[in-house]
Amino acid sequence: MNLEQLRDRLAELSPRLYPLFSLEFGDAVIGVERDQLHDAALELRELGFDRLGMVTAVDYVDWMVLVYRLQSRSMSTALFVKCQLKRDDLVAPSLVDVWPAALWQEREVYDLFGVDFEGHPDLRRIMLPEEFEGHPLRKDYDNPRVIKRPDYI
Amino acid sequence: MPVEVLSRTQTTNDEGRAVEELVVNVGPSHPSTHGVGRVVVHLDGDIVTHADMMVGYLHRGIEKMVENRTYLQVVPLTDRLDYVGSMYANWAYCRAVERLAGIRVPERAEYLRVIVCELQRIASHMMGLGASSADTGAFSAFVYAFDERERVVELFEDLCGARLTYNYVRPGGVSFDAPEGWTERVLEFTAKHRKAMAEFDDLFFGNVIARGRLKGVGVLSAEDAVAWGASGPTARGSGVNWDLRKHDPYSVYPRMDFDVPVGDRGDAYDRGRVRLFECIESCRIIEQAISQMPGGHVRPEGLARLIAPKPGDAYDHIESARGSLGVYLVSDGTPRPYRMHVRSPAFCNLALLPKLAVGHTLSDLVVVLGSLDPVFGEVDR
Repeated sequence: MNLEQLRDRLAELSPRLYPLFSLEFGDAVIGVERDQLHDAALELRELGFDRLGMVTAVDYVDWMVLVYRLQSRSMSTALFVKCQLKRDDLVAPSLVDVWPAALWQEREVYDLFGVDFEGHPDLRRIMLPEEFEGHPLRKDYDNPRVIKRPDYI
Repeated sequence: MPVEVLSRTQTTNDEGRAVEELVVNVGPSHPSTHGVGRVVVHLDGDIVTHADMMVGYLHRGIEKMVENRTYLQVVPLTDRLDYVGSMYANWAYCRAVERLAGIRVPERAEYLRVIVCELQRIASHMMGLGASSADTGAFSAFVYAFDERERVVELFEDLCGARLTYNYVRPGGVSFDAPEGWTERVLEFTAKHRKAMAEFDDLFFGNVIARGRLKGVGVLSAEDAVAWGASGPTARGSGVNWDLRKHDPYSVYPRMDFDVPVGDRGDAYDRGRVRLFECIESCRIIEQAISQMPGGHVRPEGLARLIAPKPGDAYDHIESARGSLGVYLVSDGTPRPYRMHVRSPAFCNLALLPKLAVGHTLSDLVVVLGSLDPVFGEVDR
């Protein structure tokens, strides 16, 4: 299924999500509000997106964006779901009950970015030890042991 | 395998008999040659009732280090992700960069990438199957598998000078063209490898002890494989016919004629055999790629060393030996990536271990771990 067909299908089956559809670098992307993320996930799973491939976050300093990549085997297509969070309110609904694949990946985002996933059954650090302070993939993470590579370019 | 008892709790069960729950720590110092991972298991007798997989012992913060380097300087770091399959991470990263910066890859380079990645699949599966056979006590199969891997590593050494961290696939193409006589040596290898695989099948999967250890252990249903995001041989062993080379074709794979081996029982035995048959399919792909490979450059002419893509984000993925390996890159218009995330197939597959190990004995836990074939460099990043 190509991107136009996916857009049409979304317009037909899920008119609520359709206006959020956009294209970036050849990928289909929909942006979802945090309060609607869980409902949208359920809706997309019903549409046929049976696999949650990737969960990650990007820190844009003023806000944080959660990025989910969904795959549908029946439609052989993929869709990105992006959700913007305010920096002072890093809470998002957990999607573990929709796709169990989120179990470890949300723990990773919690560990490295400090995003709190509400409803996650086992939200602990995964890469770093429990006593570690801070969330290193944030842009404002400051540690004197981090050495900036000199500018040769 | 270092095993240490953490606690003992005595209780009485429903029938009024005294039972003891043991909490045992397995690892993290290299449990059974698979890497630095640790499992805390709760045991009732010899049966696992609960398992907790702990990862992160090899976390080097590669995703953070990337933010401090230019696009070209990142390639050697991707070698260190999946260190028994370096070519895959090189390629997945370069595809994401090429997509972001709009770089066109010469056709000869695409063919060389396919050839090295299929050779890498053989090397990686031989490592995985070898480790699995050593876990189940079939040490001779381990030696045979490593001998095959050594042949591939020698070919890579001839091609790019390195045996483990190749740094071969670069944005825009590959670092070197194949030296003279290299493709002939590859063809000699594939001819021998098919025979070696038939022998290995007899030696390991035909062995009654190995069959007893592998069959019915760690059964993963097709629904769970999809829901838990499993990919690669782990998902295909459960009958999920999902291979990016076929179902989301990239590079020159649409021109290749090959089959995707799929299991049906979803146990450790099926996952292992899927890997074995994939090696034979890889031989088919390599032979076709060599016969179709055109001449020409292996890197686009006039490609700047300093790549500064326009702001935006891109994702691209390939089918690695462990599953769908994706790289998500965000650019802010500077010569350094703003953010890179590696969608690691080993990480997603390993999340299944606690689920699969429950109900099996402690010695089968190692078989389940081996059948998922994790590489901890990629799990921890």
